[in-house]
Amino acid sequence: MTALPEVRTADQDAPRSLAARPAGADRTFRGIARGGGTGVLLIMTLVGGFLLYQGYRALETRGFEFVTTEAWDPNSGEFGIAAVMAGTFFIALTAITIAIPLSIGTALYISEYAPPGIQRSLIALVDLMAAIPSVVYGLWGLFLLQPVILPLSQWIATYFGWIPILSVSDFDPQDPLASPTVFTSSTFIAGIVVALMISPIASSIMREVFSQAPLGEREGALALGSTRWGMIRAVVFPFGMGGMIGGMMLGLGRALGETIAVYLIISPVFVIQPRVLEKGANSISALIALRYSEASAFEMSALMAAGLALFLVTLVVNFGASMVIARSRSGAGAEG
Amino acid sequence: MTETTTTDEAHAPAPMPEASADVADTTVVIGHVTVHPPLRPPSTFKPSTAAHRTKLPPPPDSTAAPEPRRSIGRLRLSDVIRLFGALAAAVALTWWIFTQLLPLEGPLGFIVVAYGLFLVFFATLVSLDDSGPAVRDRVMSALVHSIAALMLLALAVVIIFTVVRGLDALPHLNFFTQDMGAAGPLDPLSVGGILHAVVGTLIMITIALLISVPLGILCALFLTEVPGAYARFVRTIVEAMTALPSIVAGLFIYATVVLLLGFDRSGFAAALAITVMMLPIIIRSADVVLRLVPGNLKEASFALGSSQWRTVWNVTLPTARSGLTTAIILGTARGIGETSPVLLTAGMTTYFNANPFSGPMISLPLATFSFVRSPEPTMIARGFGTAVVLMVLVLLLFILARVIGGRGPGRLSPRQHRRRAAASRADVQRYAIRRHARLSTASSALAAGGVDPVSDDEPRRTTGEENG
Repeated sequence: MTALPEVRTADQDAPRSLAARPAGADRTFRGIARGGGTGVLLIMTLVGGFLLYQGYRALETRGFEFVTTEAWDPNSGEFGIAAVMAGTFFIALTAITIAIPLSIGTALYISEYAPPGIQRSLIALVDLMAAIPSVVYGLWGLFLLQPVILPLSQWIATYFGWIPILSVSDFDPQDPLASPTVFTSSTFIAGIVVALMISPIASSIMREVFSQAPLGEREGALALGSTRWGMIRAVVFPFGMGGMIGGMMLGLGRALGETIAVYLIISPVFVIQPRVLEKGANSISALIALRYSEASAFEMSALMAAGLALFLVTLVVNFGASMVIARSRSGAGAEG
Repeated sequence: MTETTTTDEAHAPAPMPEASADVADTTVVIGHVTVHPPLRPPSTFKPSTAAHRTKLPPPPDSTAAPEPRRSIGRLRLSDVIRLFGALAAAVALTWWIFTQLLPLEGPLGFIVVAYGLFLVFFATLVSLDDSGPAVRDRVMSALVHSIAALMLLALAVVIIFTVVRGLDALPHLNFFTQDMGAAGPLDPLSVGGILHAVVGTLIMITIALLISVPLGILCALFLTEVPGAYARFVRTIVEAMTALPSIVAGLFIYATVVLLLGFDRSGFAAALAITVMMLPIIIRSADVVLRLVPGNLKEASFALGSSQWRTVWNVTLPTARSGLTTAIILGTARGIGETSPVLLTAGMTTYFNANPFSGPMISLPLATFSFVRSPEPTMIARGFGTAVVLMVLVLLLFILARVIGGRGPGRLSPRQHRRRAAASRADVQRYAIRRHARLSTASSALAAGGVDPVSDDEPRRTTGEENG
């Protein structure tokens, strides 16, 4: 009897594996590349590992109170990150609130409104803005913005002071001689400066995503009689939603870790102070920059623990951001 | 049966009666085949298919730019009139409010109020003629334009303000040739300078680049060339690390190098901190660039029989060179501008120190930071001067990145085009010379052997049968 070969139908016919076993130089190359990857991974894990190792002494002493205590006095044993962590978030949230309209508007302008001739230069300018060192932004905020912004702070406090976060405790709107110094060094000013630093990054991610909105859908919307803004709302925004959220979260990650500009502007307080217009703010990175130089061994350990907390928070925010960007329909090209 | 014999006859000098088992004969056959590699396709195909051939659309030209977006912007005269009308009305009303009505003051308040009024007036003017969607379109358009203008204005103000304030210190030549060792806090600007910070920055960034460029490109190659679950994991970690707070990078090096290993704060420690900060940035953008290398280039290389390593070295890396350079330069710009990692690890000094392994060092951003913390106006002026030097450095790097980069992988600059065309011409010449030499040796060998050269159509017939 003739043995017939087994008949394979289309769905059984799996593609054969073509993988070749690398040999010789290739194996060496792959080994070295893998080593490089592992080395980088090792460095990145060591960052968290060493902060934990050095900060363990402080964490062990304080236990859970490390998260709930506002004061920072490690040498008397009374310290925690409640105030600085809250301050970090207040500054970052203020910055994000300002940066959201700024970056979306800029990204929309470059991708939708700008004449094609100047688009490339605008993109380059925004990228340049992202490359300006943070200390320069700090100088600008400290020497130029702060004196100019005080009347605006005062105006907001006068007319919107009934909103709790916009109130200022020592400020009486009826007093014509009230000094504007209660408005200096506030979370608000630090937030504006940080917003200017993160807007270019967020806006370049958004611009990339906006410009990838499909041409057919755009022209379809316009052909149906939509205005340009109607087309943006119906096509560009739904398409770019993931990129918008992801870009903002990346910006938030940068805002949480910003050190020098914040350090130059704020005057540190160690209470949870949610009144953004009022003098006095704090952030973890500014605390580390402020205290590291004359820290005792134990305070250094406490600072390491605070750094670890900042590290974990930014890590979570960044993971969230890349997950949102990757999941969105438009995520493939969103490389920040 | 006859077909196979002829094929054998042409390729291997088998001991057949008609083929002379002569060495010279073999050389001619092989030489002949090599000289005319693209043999004619079998002629029997030609007449039958030409009549019924399906007209295929031309393949899409992959080098052509994608379909351009049509510009839908039209500026109408009525828009311009409305715009300026609303602007004039807003400024006038704000001026009246500020001077006559309410106790408001400050230029910033004026602009804010005027802008709000402008939007209101503009919407009202448009709504006189147009319907709701058109009004919303015009108002949003005005809003988007002004936000973009605000952003560019902010950039311009940041740069111009720093430069103007830095002009006090910059004209003094000693600012670039001295360190601050001899200058006290009250000394005028004609004493002291930032040479130590410039040198410190250059040393630190050089060390950081020496470590982070090979390691970063190796890691990016690993991510793209050795794909798998492990590479995906590394990529996730690296992407999460791109926004690693720079002060945490400094803290990490402080915890390991200074506290654990017991070294002093030095330029080398600061360079390590900058490396930790720059590494994820370089890896991420290099990874993106390497993934853009067209797959058909790599596959062509594999199909020619080269190993993966040769492909990476001869195809992938040269193709991505301009993108990789841009990635490195932009990473360098970030690394140069960061203050906080250096703040924790470099120590601070006012003296010139060119040895990164001993003694404290200072970098440009750190010098700026320490200058402006002083209350003295001369120190603050020096701080702004340092900031300008730093910005110029970053700007130069940025322009360099734009000049080198900005081109997709495989796209060549005009000069590269010329160079490649010249190389190609040289190759053609080389082949021609070699062919000539081979033919002349072959014919001289034949003349010596006294055998007629193989007739021209024999190999062709052979291959025609092979293909058919």
